[in-house]
Amino acid sequence: MAGQSSNGIDPIHQFHINKIFDLNIAGMDFSFTNVSLFMVVTIAAATLFLVLSTSGRGLVPSRMQLMAEMSYEFVAATLRGAAGNEGMRFFPLVFTLFMFVFTANMIGMVPFFYTVTSQIIVTFALAMLVILTVTIYGFFKHGSGFLKLFVPSGVPAYIVPLVTAIELISFLSRPVSLSVRLFANMLAGHITLKVFAGFVVMLTGAGAIGIGAAVLPLLLTIAITALEFLVAFLQAYVFTVLTCMYLADALHPSH
Amino acid sequence: MSNTQGEHTTGTLVATEAHGGEANFPPFDSTTYPSQLLWLALTFGVFYWIMSKVVIPRISGILEDRRDRIAGDMAEAARLKQETDDAIAAYEKALADARKKANSMAQDARDRLKAETEAARNAAEEKLSVQLTEAEQRISKIKQESLAEVGEIAADTAGDVVKALIGGRAPAKATVTKAVENAMK
Repeated sequence: MAGQSSNGIDPIHQFHINKIFDLNIAGMDFSFTNVSLFMVVTIAAATLFLVLSTSGRGLVPSRMQLMAEMSYEFVAATLRGAAGNEGMRFFPLVFTLFMFVFTANMIGMVPFFYTVTSQIIVTFALAMLVILTVTIYGFFKHGSGFLKLFVPSGVPAYIVPLVTAIELISFLSRPVSLSVRLFANMLAGHITLKVFAGFVVMLTGAGAIGIGAAVLPLLLTIAITALEFLVAFLQAYVFTVLTCMYLADALHPSH
Repeated sequence: MSNTQGEHTTGTLVATEAHGGEANFPPFDSTTYPSQLLWLALTFGVFYWIMSKVVIPRISGILEDRRDRIAGDMAEAARLKQETDDAIAAYEKALADARKKANSMAQDARDRLKAETEAARNAAEEKLSVQLTEAEQRISKIKQESLAEVGEIAADTAGDVVKALIGGRAPAKATVTKAVENAMK
């Protein structure tokens, strides 16, 4: 396969980054690439949808406005459920994160479109944004009281060191798990999709029997496409829910 | 990929630049990170700004307007219902009062008529009983008078009868009367 890496069957090919125009600042490569392009496409699509659908400000919403309202209320309900009414101060951040990840995942489902969230650095940056918000706000609001997060109350003194170590490790692994979960799901899903679609192409190239046999991977491709739409939504939701739970920690560090 | 393995271990940057980024697994190609981070920061920043300045205030405004409108309508409906309930209560009270008044009027009329009838009947009875008493007195008086006259007539008749039977002289009136009285006893 390595020899054919330039053709469409290579499942990794879809993740390649191509420069659209060069941009070098202080010796570093800040070129505008296809990833950058689809980040712009993502925010443009989401912004256009949200702004245009709500431009009527209808008391009785149109279908599009209802969808915008539903996404708003969905995120609001998630945040309020996890972090309470106090958590609503983070609503713009959480809503932006959800819309960004969700739109990026969905745009990734369009053939030939780049999946921005299949880049670990992108998901890691988003996860770090969440964790830094939690940490900075936690210390800003509670001072050293934020460290109570690592020392659960009601734990016998002799296991406090152990529990604290576990809590610390779990806290530090949050950005990793948050980013890797999203990245790996999108990456694996798109690779699987490409591999099965590649089977269809290869089998149809192998004559009449091959065309008959290609039905199976074709059906699988269709099923996996449907599954990937679910995963695209689900991973955006999971990212949002976890963000909300981490923000709840910042608001109420003592469990 | 095996032919790039050597370069891969010696330096990612060299390998990727030499092969246009194909040698490395793209998500782990750290040479692309600065560009991705910059553009992510720019696009996400702009997106955040648009969301927090335009979209979120607008949608929350829409939802709030709707909530206010619904709450207002509900309050208005509750007020109207209260008014209706009050009107119904007032109507029923008026109806009950009227019914009570009608009952009392009917009762008064019935009582008055009964009293009048009673009075008339009493007066008539009294009058009748007075007349009855008078009549009885008159009857007993007449009876006594008649009885008194009976003795006299009997004595006269007896005297005449004796005179006619024995002829001659009529017996003494006192004797006859005494005899008649003895006979009548």
